Amino acid sequence: MIVLKRDLLLAFRRRSDVATTLFFFLIVSSLFPLGIGPEAAVLSSIAPGVLWVAALLAGMISLSRLFAADFADGSLEQMLIAPQPLALLVLAKISAHWIVCGLPVVLLAPLIGLQYALPNDALVVLVFSLLLGTPALSLIGAIGAALTLGVRGSGLLVALLVLPLYIPVLIFGAGAVAASQHGMSAQAHLSLLAACALLSLVLAPLATAAALRISVE
Amino acid sequence: MLIARNLTCLRGDRLLFKKVGFELSAGGLMYVLGENGSGKSSLLRLLCGLLAPEDGEVFWDGKSIKNDPENHQSNLTYIGHLNGLKDDLTALENLQFSARLVANVVDNGLALNALTATGVARCANLPVGVLSQGQKRRVALARLWLSTSQLWILDEPFAALDTASVVVLTTQLNQHMAKGGMAIITTHQDVDIQAQSTQTLRLIA
Repeated sequence: MIVLKRDLLLAFRRRSDVATTLFFFLIVSSLFPLGIGPEAAVLSSIAPGVLWVAALLAGMISLSRLFAADFADGSLEQMLIAPQPLALLVLAKISAHWIVCGLPVVLLAPLIGLQYALPNDALVVLVFSLLLGTPALSLIGAIGAALTLGVRGSGLLVALLVLPLYIPVLIFGAGAVAASQHGMSAQAHLSLLAACALLSLVLAPLATAAALRISVE
Repeated sequence: MLIARNLTCLRGDRLLFKKVGFELSAGGLMYVLGENGSGKSSLLRLLCGLLAPEDGEVFWDGKSIKNDPENHQSNLTYIGHLNGLKDDLTALENLQFSARLVANVVDNGLALNALTATGVARCANLPVGVLSQGQKRRVALARLWLSTSQLWILDEPFAALDTASVVVLTTQLNQHMAKGGMAIITTHQDVDIQAQSTQTLRLIA
């Protein structure tokens, strides 16, 4: 809890970092309608994929910051030797990352969805799918961030490590929105997405903690 | 009681030291001396459990710290050469965070007292980023005034401190030793800390 509170306070003090992620999402997802043209049929058919990829990339660009600052100033060391389970501290840091980078994207997404002429029920599914999927992205991403800590050019390396692992989340997330567009139930996709989120909730903090111990050595 | 046996430390393919061993009992103080690059900081990190030794083992109260890290960690205060402070948080917030991280409940008054003791109470509500190197160090060292742990591992605690602060820190260390605490310190300065037993470990590069 204390780590979560601290990270949120830090994010609040450095609001520009948060804004970068959000603007990235906003700009990338606005570029497509400009480039492709205003045909509603085309736009709404690419919307699920485009919005999901934009959300995924927006979450990823902030990943390399997740542990880097704590590593550089020594507070990560203090967390490693704190008499509390490291996985819980890590989970708190990931939660803060999601609240700061994931949640705003989820809230902004329906607004962007309107640009793509998405029908109302697809917008609702889009928000639900992002709500389930973006925590999974933060959780999986943390493993990559921890593994590449202190490595030169870690930004690109994180992308190479993490993007393949994002594929299932992307498929089920975008699939859910597409299904509801075609008048089918999105429940199967959403259930699988929830499964991804739960699985990463259990495994990612442990894997991240182990990776951090290796990186800090 | 802290016991180190046969510690060997490799960094990359460079051997820093091998077969280092010692015993430190309650009230015991150990200076770790050696040239730059002789592995002093690595030894301290090893004793904290931040680094795994190539060979050998560290025991706290008879149990290997590898197998029972919690017991060791809840009795440990480590201040490394990095201060572990967040530039965007105030001195007070930083101090309270590090105290809560080790599950000490610290109210504002106690934290302020600690900052007063190290002479940085004036800066309590300033972001640490605007402080000088020595002031940052003093904010980091203020943790020692809140610490209830028995073992203090301090990496160059006197570096970047002015003479008055050196005296203040020495006094605090004297009190800690008098209460039966243990301390392991690297330093390049001559300091006079009173302890029930004092030993010196010299690492040769």
